[in-house]
Amino acid sequence: MKNRQVDSGAIGILAVLFGLLFFGSASWAQVPQSSVAADTTGPPAPQPPVNVRVVDKPNDAGHGLIVKWDLSPDDGAGLNNVSTYEIFRSASPEGTFISRGITIRGNKEYVDSDNLAPSEGRPNPNYMPAGSTWYYKLTAVTENGVRSAETAVVSGTTVENLFHYGKLPVLVGAVLFTGLLLYLIINAKRGKKLYVRPLAGINAVDDAIGRATEMGKPILYILGLGTAGDIATIAGFTILSRVAKRTAEYQTRVLVPVNDPVVLAVAQETVRTAYLEVGRPDQYNPDNIYYVTSMQFPYVAAVNGIMLRERPATNFYMGVFHAEALILAETGNIAGSIQISGTDQIAQLPFFVAATDYTLIGEELYAASAYLSQEPVQLGTLKAQDYTKAIVMLLVIFGAIAITAGWTFLRNLVTINL
Amino acid sequence: MKREIPIIIVGVTGVIMFFQYFIPTGWSEFIFTYAQDWVMVIGILSLPLGIWSLVKANVLKLKDPKERFYSAVLLAGFLAMVLTGLKRESFEAGSVFMKLFNTILIPIQATVFSLLAFFIASAAYRAFRARSVLATVLLVTAFLVMLRFIPLGPISTANLGIVAWILSVPNMAAKRAIMMGIGLGAAATAIKIILGIERTYMGRD
Amino acid sequence: MSFLEKMMLIDRRWIYLSIGLAVIIPVVVSFEVPVSVSPEVRKIYDFVESLNAGDYLFIAVDYDPSSMAELNPMAEAVLNQAFAKNLKVIIVTLAQFGPGMVEDLTTRLASAHNRVRGEDYVFLGYRPYPAITIMLMGINFRVPFPVDHYSVPLDSMPMMRDVRNFSDVKAVIDFTAGNTADFWITYGVGRFDFPLAIGITGVMAADYYQYLQSGQIFGIIPGVKGAAEYEELVGFPGKGKEQMAYQVIAHSVIIAFILISNIAYFATRKQKQQLGGGR
Repeated sequence: MKNRQVDSGAIGILAVLFGLLFFGSASWAQVPQSSVAADTTGPPAPQPPVNVRVVDKPNDAGHGLIVKWDLSPDDGAGLNNVSTYEIFRSASPEGTFISRGITIRGNKEYVDSDNLAPSEGRPNPNYMPAGSTWYYKLTAVTENGVRSAETAVVSGTTVENLFHYGKLPVLVGAVLFTGLLLYLIINAKRGKKLYVRPLAGINAVDDAIGRATEMGKPILYILGLGTAGDIATIAGFTILSRVAKRTAEYQTRVLVPVNDPVVLAVAQETVRTAYLEVGRPDQYNPDNIYYVTSMQFPYVAAVNGIMLRERPATNFYMGVFHAEALILAETGNIAGSIQISGTDQIAQLPFFVAATDYTLIGEELYAASAYLSQEPVQLGTLKAQDYTKAIVMLLVIFGAIAITAGWTFLRNLVTINL
Repeated sequence: MKREIPIIIVGVTGVIMFFQYFIPTGWSEFIFTYAQDWVMVIGILSLPLGIWSLVKANVLKLKDPKERFYSAVLLAGFLAMVLTGLKRESFEAGSVFMKLFNTILIPIQATVFSLLAFFIASAAYRAFRARSVLATVLLVTAFLVMLRFIPLGPISTANLGIVAWILSVPNMAAKRAIMMGIGLGAAATAIKIILGIERTYMGRD
Repeated sequence: MSFLEKMMLIDRRWIYLSIGLAVIIPVVVSFEVPVSVSPEVRKIYDFVESLNAGDYLFIAVDYDPSSMAELNPMAEAVLNQAFAKNLKVIIVTLAQFGPGMVEDLTTRLASAHNRVRGEDYVFLGYRPYPAITIMLMGINFRVPFPVDHYSVPLDSMPMMRDVRNFSDVKAVIDFTAGNTADFWITYGVGRFDFPLAIGITGVMAADYYQYLQSGQIFGIIPGVKGAAEYEELVGFPGKGKEQMAYQVIAHSVIIAFILISNIAYFATRKQKQQLGGGR
């Protein structure tokens, strides 16, 4: 079965490697011994570590090996004089061995890796390409620098792994979540009614737009400081689309000063489409959506100026906000605007809650598209999130009980090793 | 096809980058760095678009007596920084560009940031009222956490432990819960975009 | 309208004036404030103190001039400690206007401790897109930074010869006012598992104690108070401790206003209830 995610080929290579290692370790006597013997004068030298072996570093692109060993008999026992272990490496059994690193006593493995490929003007003799074989030996060293005899030379070959098994829980979670999402979307498309609780912030959008129309003042829509790739900004575009449709119907001006050029392009397209869909393309004025600056506080200063000069009736803050959240909201207060906010930046939520009239907290912002459109597909997505949250809650409760009872299987199951 | 092509590009790219995360090979790393390089390139190439929008909007505003002064200041500052910053040497200490940066931009940015101090006071005055039991709990907690950041000798020392517990336990629990919701929402939105369900960003003809 | 009702509707400009006076008073009447050190700040100090001369410390200066007042004191305190202990310091910035901050810091502090660029410290420079830059640095610092901020090749510097990536540094300390700390935690610690500590603005502190609790970071320097605590430990007087006087008075004024507002609220509510009951 051709499945690149299941590294059956890698497992086979590993099996061959282990065989080679056993064969190699059986033939180590034929490899020239190191000429460095234990120091026999002065303080006693420790014994070297035993059972040294080399395995491929898992879950990588084939640029690393792990040297493993059993502790020296004088590490924590016997003479108890081992302070560190030093690891030496060579490209060939007879070649020059260079020190690759030191690890403190008690440690039984050392990760040796180097993935910087040499280039012109930047040679790297330590580079470990995939499929390369390296030879290692170790010594135990005391605090005073007295060395043990060197271990026999062992070798290992780097292997390029096709799948990162440490991230398997992420893949399983993503697949399960996507499956649940698609199932609920299909169900929703079949006409199944899905209940979602009302959100004050979303329900207030139409009223806020109506207020602006009655007062004859513009609406100010702030997409925050995020890029077009931020999920909160994408959610902001969805709500902007809804707001723009209403303002097109009511012939109210909507001002959208933006912080990022890509966001500018998307915002202009969103508003233009909204006006098109409502049948008012002539009302669309691209000069109402403009770029200000990418810097945080100059952007705030510019938007504050707009608020105090234009005195918008309604301010929307939908997207990624940082320290400027309160400055914007309070200035909006001074201008007398009704304010609806939504962000996924947890640090700014308290400021918005304190200073604006309605706040969409975290995922409520992402759910806005479902609330506003009431499309079955969108509502199905919301339900999938809710069911997944319920599953996570059960996992948390069960996990807390399991850890308290000393059962680590659940933790081991969901732990991600990057 | 004009709508279908972007949806296909988004879908295929999304799926590739999703599986790239699980594949540690050299070619997978190459795809990742190549894609990230292109994100940077697109971001930089879109900058002239933003600059054009900024200049155009403010040149038009020069006609409006209400906006004229502010737009003139903006355009003057923009030109000054662009013209003085054209050369590589402009970024060395002592250049006109760095002088403008250090003497105008830095103090102004710090000043705008410092507005927070005043606005926090007025927002707290308006919002921190014990209207209900929960509001009272919030108020008391806010007092305790505020005291952590004021050095008041023995009071602060005694308070450190309480605040550390508040921030590490109930605050942490609430934040983790919100973050889980945000994570799921972000994942759902990303899946919707990759599958072409969410298309607001695309517009239409 | 009674006095309490007027207090409920007080013009916000009186509040601004009070805060303004509160920060001016310490300029005229300066006083020192005793600073007690919190465990999360002490952990960072103790960690840096435990390093040996020649150990590598990685510092990310990820803030712009607007946050300088709060974050510069803590960055200075840590750099002072690092230079005093003869550590090798690698500095990077992921903030657009960070280079100016770093140049100012290194110029002053390196000359005070007689430290030489290229031998004792290196400033890699600035790159946009923090997540990408962190991941590329995790492969090798030379991938995003083949040369440093001054266009000197990294390989030509004595201190960078055997240094490849985060596995060769003892810890990363990130000073930030934005969400760069999230990138360091997610993409840095998450992928490369190095010890990370952060210095952040006071308002962000509540967000990041959860990472301290989970062990993803080993210390936090929160805001100006945290900077003052670190200066107390390091023994190099700086702007952090200077600002404590302002902190005490301004916070006290805010607390006073909150108390007044609540007293006025309860008093006027009681009055309204009494008036309502009397009809």
